[in-house]
Amino acid sequence: MTKLTVNGRVVEVDATPDTPLLWALRDHVGLTGTKYGCGIAACGACTVHIDGQAIRSCVTPLSALDESQKIVTIEGLSPDGNHPVQVAWRELDVPQCGFCQSGMIMAAAALLAQTPKPTDEDINAAMSNICRCGTYNRVRAGIHQAAGGGITG
Amino acid sequence: MAPLDTVSSSRRGLLKGAAAGAVLLGFHVPAKGVLAQTAPSASPGQVPEVNAWVVIHPDDRVVLRMARSEMGQGTRTGLAQMIAEELHCDWSKISTEYVTPGESLRRNRAWGAFLTAGSQGIRQSQDYVRKGGAAARIMLVQAAANRWNVPAAECSAKDSVVTHGPTGRTLRYSEVAAEAARLTPPAEVPLKDPSTWTVIGTSRARLDTAAKTTGALVYGADLKMPGMLVAVPRRCPVFGGTVRSLDRASVASMPGVRHVLQVGDGAVAVVADTFWQAKTALDALKVEWDVGANGNVSSATIDAMLTEGLGASEAFVGNQNGDARAAIAAAPRKVEAVYSYPFQNHAPMEPMNATVVWTPQRCDVWCPTQNGEAALATAAQAAGLPQQQCDIHRMDLGGGFGRRTTHDWLADAILIAKQIPGVPIKTMWTREEDMVQGRYHPVTKCKLTAGVDAQGNVTGLHMRISGQSILSYVFPNALQAGRDPVVFQGLNPSGAESAIGYSFPNLLIDHAMRNTHVPPHFWRGVNHNQNAVYLECFLDEVAHATNQDPLALRRKLMANHPKHLAVLNAVAERIGWGGALPAGVQGRGIAQQMGFGSYVAAAAEVSVNDKGELKIHRIVAATDPGYAVNPKLIEMQVEGSFVYGLSALLHGECTVKDGAIEQTNFDTYNVLRMDEMPKVETIVMGSGGFWGGVGEPTIMVAAPAVLNAIFAATGKRIRDVPLKNQDLRRA
Repeated sequence: MTKLTVNGRVVEVDATPDTPLLWALRDHVGLTGTKYGCGIAACGACTVHIDGQAIRSCVTPLSALDESQKIVTIEGLSPDGNHPVQVAWRELDVPQCGFCQSGMIMAAAALLAQTPKPTDEDINAAMSNICRCGTYNRVRAGIHQAAGGGITG
Repeated sequence: MAPLDTVSSSRRGLLKGAAAGAVLLGFHVPAKGVLAQTAPSASPGQVPEVNAWVVIHPDDRVVLRMARSEMGQGTRTGLAQMIAEELHCDWSKISTEYVTPGESLRRNRAWGAFLTAGSQGIRQSQDYVRKGGAAARIMLVQAAANRWNVPAAECSAKDSVVTHGPTGRTLRYSEVAAEAARLTPPAEVPLKDPSTWTVIGTSRARLDTAAKTTGALVYGADLKMPGMLVAVPRRCPVFGGTVRSLDRASVASMPGVRHVLQVGDGAVAVVADTFWQAKTALDALKVEWDVGANGNVSSATIDAMLTEGLGASEAFVGNQNGDARAAIAAAPRKVEAVYSYPFQNHAPMEPMNATVVWTPQRCDVWCPTQNGEAALATAAQAAGLPQQQCDIHRMDLGGGFGRRTTHDWLADAILIAKQIPGVPIKTMWTREEDMVQGRYHPVTKCKLTAGVDAQGNVTGLHMRISGQSILSYVFPNALQAGRDPVVFQGLNPSGAESAIGYSFPNLLIDHAMRNTHVPPHFWRGVNHNQNAVYLECFLDEVAHATNQDPLALRRKLMANHPKHLAVLNAVAERIGWGGALPAGVQGRGIAQQMGFGSYVAAAAEVSVNDKGELKIHRIVAATDPGYAVNPKLIEMQVEGSFVYGLSALLHGECTVKDGAIEQTNFDTYNVLRMDEMPKVETIVMGSGGFWGGVGEPTIMVAAPAVLNAIFAATGKRIRDVPLKNQDLRRA
């Protein structure tokens, strides 16, 4: 039994220690907003925050986690879905199919927390998530908009 | 009333299933996201439909029904605009729901085709969808007129309110919906003149964005049902291979494992409580495959077969006028080149999945599919039940791109569930399975030969395509005396779908069909993708070989093709063709083609540094889809098309070794990411009068425009994609 702190709540997960956080969230905690896209940390669809850092939950085993770490998923990013990134995403109609967007939003939110006015180069470096529909340019615009319209770079 | 896949009606569908097996009682499909942004419905059966397309709720909500699937392309919003244009309803009160193919079957296909592919979601249904909205409006107005005992002609409707002109009295749609539903539908349903449209042609916000920003949208991969188990399958990595032996005992005692199954002749699956348990056991499962003779096939053997086809004496003709061979032989100058285009995986972000409940009496499926009706047919066949005892409850797709128009994954999911009757089984593929069990972009090569006279005029062109035919695998009955007409997309002599944009005095385009065991399929853009590279890059070669401007050469050939020319001119003008290059830019390229009923062109600006690294500085795209239903959604599709097309150009390649696909995940099958994405400027120039598609056409011009720009920048003519295999440094 592993204790995790997810979105401010302590949950107990009855899964083997090798179980990735992604599958603990999806199949044990019941939070399916975090997506499986590759399982090898190559696509970013599974991005969540641990202590404010964007991490790829598909390669983070339960054995590496304990109750002290604060895990935040897309469901817990804001109480009402109004994190500035989410607001910008809606204003610009960023998502297409949407499957990668939880990961995109979590990666963007972590970037903005550390770099409030990111340049295009900052965005390129931080946002290696894969989107097959092709939302990259709107993701970029959304990050700049969430940053307060400070389009730089 | 119709068991439709709204929040409430999904539950109703389940309860129908429950009649067949008590185990189903208490099922609950997560409410949120079955239909994005669908507000809670009234109790099923209490709100009658006005007609098949329109339901008006007592609280004024307008529910529009959808037969086509939403996979990110925006069809849900576009089709809602089509209905709303004629319905005169309050746009802010609109939501949508999916109809099921089973219900459509019961109602004599009331909603027409479900196929969501070929960029036809809107254009192939625009007429009857608009009429659905118009008929509902006529009935609502008539119901209000009846209430007032006035002629309907004295009444008008706007924003879900009917007004009686002479007296100014008003009734909301919701107040007369029940009466309208009882009226006889009008025999004549005139549609508005396009010049009077106020909803079509506007950049409405998507109806389904919010749930995609909070994790609330439930995809097929996210479904949960009480008692549900998760199956992870593996099929023989060599297509057509079979299971020789399966050591069930090797994993039977692993955590969570419930079943170890053989699936048909060629696949196995582990069924466990969770995905991770099933995948972990599957990885440990000892399986021996009989790969058969296909185990000897490799990319090299396929290439040799295609090369043979380039010179073969027999080929299917796709477009012919004059005598190209004679004209080329007589020409003072000949230009010749051989191109190739590889296998590629669709790789939608959501791996294949389907949740199935099978009993001896009934089979219900929840899955993302691009064709509900085809899914129903597959389900019924695999379930061993009549279609009337099956149904498909559609989920929004986490990407499709053509992969979800075919249902091999669904058939296997049903064969798995059939072995565990009454228990909901979610079959989920790993990304690795998705990569090696794809249905791939067809592999082809092409030899182009042009005869050119002393003035630089192309006197004859022969384009020999050698390679796979999708129809041979997918719809062999659609072959025309063995010929696959789809091979010639963008190269056809005429027609409203995919006509060539050039007139050559002597022309021969033919296809030596060469198929292999790797299954090809419709892949966003389909055969346009390679045909545009072949023709548009080769024309560029001819221009440079004869010291002509590539745009000027094209214009000479396009006098009879004004719509093709208009989009090409538009991008040439916007990019500043012929003018000085901006700082850092080393070359420009252009390309045009017609496909899926639309005319598209692209112009690109690129540079290549000393290390051979390509930078795409800027892309300009023009598209003429006739009627532009939602310009913002078109822009989104054009941008997305460049991501898909440039992914293919830069990275996309699946290779074959020992009969199997070698690329197993995004580490070996890379795709375009943010840092490689160019700026895209979209010119939406709908000329009206026809309905062209939007989701695919731009893909086909992405690669040739960039390849031609690379030549302009470096003098290197790249004839084999992807670019990851090429050295772009200047010679």
